[in-house]
Amino acid sequence: MKIRIKFAKYGVMKFIGHLDVMRFFQKAVNRAQIDIRYSEGFNPHQVMSFAAPLGVGIESAGEYMDIEVNSMESPQAVKDALNRTMVEGIDIVSVIRLPDHAKNAMASVAAARYRITYKSPEGQITAFPIDTMDAKLAAFYDQPQIPILKKTKKGESVFDLKPGIYEICLEQAEDLFAENPKQKPAFPAISMLVDASSSGNVKPALVLEAFCKFCGVELTPFSCQITRVETYTSLAKEDGERQLVPLDAVGM
Amino acid sequence: MRRKLALSDEILMQVEKPARYIGNEVNSIMKDKTKTDIRFCMCFPDVYEIGMSHLGIQILYSMFNSWEDVWCERVYSPWTDLDRIMRKKQIPLFALESQEPVKIMDFLGITIQYEMCYTNILQILELSQIPLYAKERTQNDPIVIGGGPCSYNPEPIAEFFDLFYIGEGETQYRSLLDTYRQNKAAGGSRQDFLYAASQIPGIYVPSLYEEEYHADGTVKGRKKLYDRAPDTILKEVEMEVSDTFYPLAPVVPFIQVTQDRVVLEIQRGCIRGCRFCQAGQIYRPVRERDVNVLKQYALEMIKNTGYDEISLSSLSSSDYSRLDELLDFLIEECSHKKINISLPSLRIDAFSLDVMSKVQDVKKSSLTFAPEAGSQKLRDIINKGLTEESILEGAALAFAGGWTRVKLYFMLGLPMETEEDIRGIGDLSNKIAAVFFDTVPKDQRTNGRVQIVTSTSFFIPKPFTPFQWAGMCTKEEFIEKAYQTKKGIMEQLNQKSIKYNWHEADLSVLEGVLARGDRKLAKVIEEAYRQGAMFDAWSECFQNEVWLASFKKCNIDPEFYTSRERREDEIFPWDFINCGVTKEFLLREWKKAMEGCVSPNCRSKCQGCGARQFGGGVCFEYEDQN
Repeated sequence: MKIRIKFAKYGVMKFIGHLDVMRFFQKAVNRAQIDIRYSEGFNPHQVMSFAAPLGVGIESAGEYMDIEVNSMESPQAVKDALNRTMVEGIDIVSVIRLPDHAKNAMASVAAARYRITYKSPEGQITAFPIDTMDAKLAAFYDQPQIPILKKTKKGESVFDLKPGIYEICLEQAEDLFAENPKQKPAFPAISMLVDASSSGNVKPALVLEAFCKFCGVELTPFSCQITRVETYTSLAKEDGERQLVPLDAVGM
Repeated sequence: MRRKLALSDEILMQVEKPARYIGNEVNSIMKDKTKTDIRFCMCFPDVYEIGMSHLGIQILYSMFNSWEDVWCERVYSPWTDLDRIMRKKQIPLFALESQEPVKIMDFLGITIQYEMCYTNILQILELSQIPLYAKERTQNDPIVIGGGPCSYNPEPIAEFFDLFYIGEGETQYRSLLDTYRQNKAAGGSRQDFLYAASQIPGIYVPSLYEEEYHADGTVKGRKKLYDRAPDTILKEVEMEVSDTFYPLAPVVPFIQVTQDRVVLEIQRGCIRGCRFCQAGQIYRPVRERDVNVLKQYALEMIKNTGYDEISLSSLSSSDYSRLDELLDFLIEECSHKKINISLPSLRIDAFSLDVMSKVQDVKKSSLTFAPEAGSQKLRDIINKGLTEESILEGAALAFAGGWTRVKLYFMLGLPMETEEDIRGIGDLSNKIAAVFFDTVPKDQRTNGRVQIVTSTSFFIPKPFTPFQWAGMCTKEEFIEKAYQTKKGIMEQLNQKSIKYNWHEADLSVLEGVLARGDRKLAKVIEEAYRQGAMFDAWSECFQNEVWLASFKKCNIDPEFYTSRERREDEIFPWDFINCGVTKEFLLREWKKAMEGCVSPNCRSKCQGCGARQFGGGVCFEYEDQN
């Protein structure tokens, strides 16, 4: 049976790259003694796939991976067993059982919401050094096109970000990974919902770069923290409209 | 409380593999520092991926942390990219667990596994903001203690260390730490502690001695600066290897490291007595771990780490008396847990080939033979009990089993080597290829052809080996020998099936200097480091010209340490260390080598090396059975 695991990755773990996170989970599944299914062949490997790779330095509250198991007590038991063997900076948020016909996590991804905060040189989250940000973000998004230069193998090409940005605004956000939820100061953050599908993935850093250029501001390198807030899939509603729902909203 | 990193996001995002510096790995140990008395930082002076592959540190880390009053952390050499940033920004080197500066620790323990890491030791000290020389350290600096195989000749780096621990760490660390605690509680000084430490077995305090020299530069003797300092230091040995510390929950790195699997140490020591091999002498006597203990360890470690691979570790696994039973058990357990078994170099015979075919993809894996010398005459001189007949037989069996790739290891520059011996390397490589073509019918040749990879390293005489008296070749001689080897291979009928690799000669010569050096070398090492030498074991970082300039500037002739054949009565810088094997035995072996006589292994016939004094292991096997 297929199960989908949602996890958060933050703090020091943001420095662990995607391939190493995969290797980490391969071992974690063994430590948690989950009855994972193996592929056939001379070198059997665990049946495990990740939704959307996360770049080094980016935190996330909404990462997903799918695994297949031969047996399990319950999704809750899998969640507890995994959480017992995690490290600081990776939490298992939910485990759900998927319908057998469900598309795998990677093929399901349609969009992702990101949050970008600005840090002072001392590392404190603070307001962006851009005045009237609200209005500027609105004006930025109002442009008919948001062209950026993309470096490709054949040189540089112009790429329009606009169709891949579904929402962008300034919000007062709370720390997603606070140790004590009661002490959550709100801080200004750019929130954006963008295309994260394999064909049209928009990198939040590129949107930020385009916005800074639009404002005529240059931010200190590494002064922004990008966080993936959630990863979405697209479901058809009864009226035929498409609707974005979190990847773990498709369970049985 | 969440851990705060020593390095800013900005720095970590700019360096290669930031995971090297953040700690937080599965099974790494966090403790409440207010509840521990002693903080010990364990260091492997090379990059994280190398250091994390070392079993010894994992053993000591788990031993120290099993003690409530001690918190042991780890540190490795920052790679050159971070090194530059730390120097520029004056960031003190920090321990991975607490991310706190190394300089606030009570101890900095450095394992010294190879000579080419000596400049990295200075890097660790300098980045930690600890004075390089022990005599310049004050009450506030950590006690810097060295251990590992290079501490068997600690003299070239003696002045950089407060203490050396000679031998296996399981036995005396507890009493060393207790001595430290008592001294601290009594308000004793750093010097008081060093005096007290010198009374603990296995502990060498270099500052309590001075090395004296003859006019020709050889060692005349040692002057004691403290009456009670021992004349010789006997190495420490753990005799109860089945009932001692073992890391059942070793730290599991996030990034791929060199040895990225469960490591099961099945025995210590080696019965073989190859005359070039230091490990074969200094880890005597052979002590096997109980097979049932090993089975239990294997299961537990697999469970605690989640690794999907396990490897056996020892100097010569084929000599482990219960190998069949252990491997049968592992193959059975691992196949349904989908765990791979990676086998150490086993002696190639019907048994090992059968085991290997069960755990490896025969088409993809290669077999390794280490004849070490090209002719039987030279193999007898080095006491490598491997005959051409057994190599060719093993190869025929292997080819019949479907293997087509063979690796061969040889050494160049061995004592008494002649041109004929060098030609033997090409001849033997050719004969193995010929076995393939003669024994495997055309339609049964997997991959279609045979591939022989012949590699040579340059022989370096090491302390505590029968060859410690031998002269070493110069760089030019080495290069000529490599050329002769290549030529010899090119002349072979099957030369198209043979690929030849050889080591860098510069590096080997320097290793030879440092391996048999004395205290005069400290200033050369310091000078080379000041001029930018670091990560010398990495060919992309090694700068031979820096070393040559440093020898020159310090007025030291490197050839004094390498080319010279030592007289029988010469006092060596390492003679004050007693590794259990006597100098008389080594000299006997040196003479037998010159006569081309082989010595049987420990199980066949005791050679009276001296290791019997430790009261156990292979030396008493026969008596135990009766």
